Amino acid sequence: MLKPTLLAALLCAAPAFAETVNGLRTPDEFSSIENEAERSVALFEEMMVVIEHPRCLNCHPVDNSPRQGMDMEMHQPPVVRGPADFGAVGMRCNTCHGTENIEYASGEGSIPGHQPWQLAPLETGWIGKSAAEICAQLKDPERNGHRTLEELHEHNAEDGLVGWGWHPGKGREPAPGSQEVFGELTRAWIETGAACPTG
Amino acid sequence: MTTFELNGKEVTVDVPEDMPLLWVLRDELRLTGTKFGCGVAQCGACTVFLNGMTRRACVTPVSMAEGGFVTTIEGLDSAESRAVQAAWTRLDVPQCGWCQSGQVMSATALLREIRDPSDEDIDQAMAGNICRCATYVRIRKAIHDAADTLEG
Repeated sequence: MLKPTLLAALLCAAPAFAETVNGLRTPDEFSSIENEAERSVALFEEMMVVIEHPRCLNCHPVDNSPRQGMDMEMHQPPVVRGPADFGAVGMRCNTCHGTENIEYASGEGSIPGHQPWQLAPLETGWIGKSAAEICAQLKDPERNGHRTLEELHEHNAEDGLVGWGWHPGKGREPAPGSQEVFGELTRAWIETGAACPTG
Repeated sequence: MTTFELNGKEVTVDVPEDMPLLWVLRDELRLTGTKFGCGVAQCGACTVFLNGMTRRACVTPVSMAEGGFVTTIEGLDSAESRAVQAAWTRLDVPQCGWCQSGQVMSATALLREIRDPSDEDIDQAMAGNICRCATYVRIRKAIHDAADTLEG
């Protein structure tokens, strides 16, 4: 017979039983909201827990400079978006950022990397916007990277650079939850009508 | 073992694959023109070209260079680099000189793509190359000077 402490540990470790994963609630947690539109809004607000995290916002600026760190400070060294969202001539993003996170050989922490590594397009900027504004933006192909809602789900659930937010390398706090739960939330939000918060 | 082309010649090094390229260049291959400044990609002193693009060698595991080609300050040899190095000499740009090989690499990369850069182009391209002697005014002037040479 399993000891109670071991049983508790096994239950906690089993994703199938978890309703909150790494600080992000799963869609199941919203099933008690009977009104579908209200449930949809609640699901989007949970998606915002991820969207508003600095791991995501830092590369979705509404200007021409990425941010960095949990305080979302200006990128150092000072860099610009550039014509392809990939930095300036002579100092493109891959001058420093490689195809994966790389730990510093002579200091604490790591330099983030992924293939590709680039800034989100200007029209997909979020910093400073409300949940209602971001929600409307995510449904607008002109401002969401020309994506249908289905493609938006794919982006949230499967895109590698989005996924980097949960694997940001040594010295960086990952985004809440997991990409899998973020994808599930996106799916549930779409299936409930992709309603947006007001205000 | 990691094999890559360095300044036009194939080299093979037997080092851990996560060893920074900068360590390999300086300590294994004795090309000391590329400098260690900060070690965390903040100063630009270690700038080289990896497959033709600027790259901070201090945050580049040597495995990234496998099968590729690396150009260091010792191997620069193009119309742009010659114009830059001539302008640097003419205007006596360096003071202590530590950062200058990185500055020359970035300036060369800029002129390869923009033959007549504006001050803004220069500031953006060179923003990651720090000079503690603050030779920035001479650097900018030398890049304009090199551009004039290329145009002429």
